[in-house]
Order: sequence, then C-alpha cells, then structure tokens
Amino acid sequence: MLDVENVKKWMTKFNEQIQAHHDYLSELDTPIGDGDHGNNMARGMNAVMEAIADKDFTDVPAIFKTIAMSLISKVGGASGPLYGTAFMEMAKVGDGEVSALLPAALAGIKKRGKAETGEKTMVDVWAPIAEKTDFTADDVDKAVEATKDMIATKGRASYVGERSVGHIDPGAMSSGYLLKALLEVEE
Amino acid sequence: MEYGVVIVSHVSEIAQGVKRLIEQVAKDVPVTIAGGLENGDVGTDMQRIIQAFEDNSATKLLAFYDLGSAKMNLEMAIEMTDKEVKLYDTALVESAYTAAALLQVETKIEDVEAQLKDLKVK
Repeated sequence: MLDVENVKKWMTKFNEQIQAHHDYLSELDTPIGDGDHGNNMARGMNAVMEAIADKDFTDVPAIFKTIAMSLISKVGGASGPLYGTAFMEMAKVGDGEVSALLPAALAGIKKRGKAETGEKTMVDVWAPIAEKTDFTADDVDKAVEATKDMIATKGRASYVGERSVGHIDPGAMSSGYLLKALLEVEE
Repeated sequence: MEYGVVIVSHVSEIAQGVKRLIEQVAKDVPVTIAGGLENGDVGTDMQRIIQAFEDNSATKLLAFYDLGSAKMNLEMAIEMTDKEVKLYDTALVESAYTAAALLQVETKIEDVEAQLKDLKVK
C-alpha cells in the first residue's frame, strides 16, 4: 500500500532515471518516431517534481492528480496524455493499493491510446506487469525487450511499419523505468 | 454561426496556414486554431486546444487534427469543455476546407458529415 511519501519517492526515482537516460530515450525515438521522447519526458518530470516536492497532499489520489496534470500540460508529445491518463486513473482508485493501481493505469492507457498488446507501445510493458500479483525487475526488462521484435501499428512508429522491427519502443522503455522505480519504493 | 471549425496541429504554421486557406472560402465560419506548444516547439497542448474551443464564437465545433497525439489531447480537451465538439479522423487540409466551405453555404450537418466520410484517413 503506497502512501503520499512513497509516491514522492517513486516519482523521485523515476525522475532520476528519466533525467539520466533522456538522451537514450530520444535516441530510441529517432529511427521510429520524432526523436523527442527523452526531452519530452524530462520536461514533464521536471514539472512533476516542481509540483510535488515540498508540498503537502491530503492523500494518494491528490498527489496522483497533480502528477497527471503536470504530465498532461508539460510533456507535449503522445506520452503526455498517455502517462497523464494513467495517473488520473490511478487517482480514481482511491488509495495506494498497487494491485489495483496498475490495472487502472493500464486501462487508462489503452483507452486513451486505443491500443492493445502486440502493437509495440507502452501497453506491451504495462499489460504483462499489471496482470501479475508480484513482478520483478527482470519481468519488466523482458517486457521492454520484447517490443524490439514487434511491428508498430500504433503511434508515430506505425508510419515506418516493418522498419520499426529491431528497435525498442521508447514509450515501453520509459514505462519500464517507471515500473522499476516502483519496485525500489516497495522494497 | 451555429457551427465553427477548430484546427489542431503539431506546428503553429500548419494550423495558421490551414486557417488562412479555408478562410478564403468560408469567411463567416468561425475558425480557431491550436498549433504547436506555447514556446513555439512542435507538439500539441490540451490547454491550448481548450483555449481554441473557448475562443470560437460557435457553440458546436468540428475539430480537425494532423497526427495521433493531437487526437489524444483533443479527446482530453473535449472531455473538459462545455462546448459540443466532434472530431474527425480525416485528412486535415482537405476535410477542414470541405467542412468550412459547406458550412459557409449553410449545408446541413448530416450532409457535411457525409462528405467528410470519404476523407477519413486515420
């Protein structure tokens, strides 16, 4: 069960990963997208950290809502509405029960992006993890890696179709950072 | 007018250009735009789309967009506005032009939509 401090720690860890790997995320996005995923996420997470650090929140839904609004308004690319919706749906769960949060986030991402599994998107990481009662960092890495061999049929990468094979999906990679950051909080 | 048009593009010049083009055939149709990010970068921004809805003098809006993430931001903006907005998965330039031209001569919305159907690309 996450509390407000856990969520802050989760976002701090995620932000560290995003800032450390933002060039890599943009690099992943270059052959199959518009090359801005790292910068977009870095900008969005800077806004999130500014909005939550040193602030008091009454409960977990309140901090999730603030995170959602920062991502929606600052990320710029498709990831803004997708991550924003994920956090908005997690806010609706009403508490910090991880086994309910992740399926809610997944449903939000699928609804917003109208995506299913196997389309080389962040759904391919969220879906297998949200279905598990317990997941490991290794599960996350495998799900991220599995997007490499998929053909993109959703999002900007779908314009290059089969040429997307051989590249990890950048949204899957950043989702991997988010889910692994959660593991660090839970430990 | 009852109906207005909203153009959403990742790039402000595209949005401005489409507006300029359609105003030639539809000078009385209210057209508002949300192009690019606040700082001029490429992207779409839900707040700017909501602003384009509010700035439009019509209460019923037809929204046209360029690429996928514009659609996601549009859908979120639609969930948050009081105006009646419908978005079309159609070719941006052609469909915005068609809709505006037909609305200018007060074509019924059903007939406008029938014409737009052929322009669906997304």
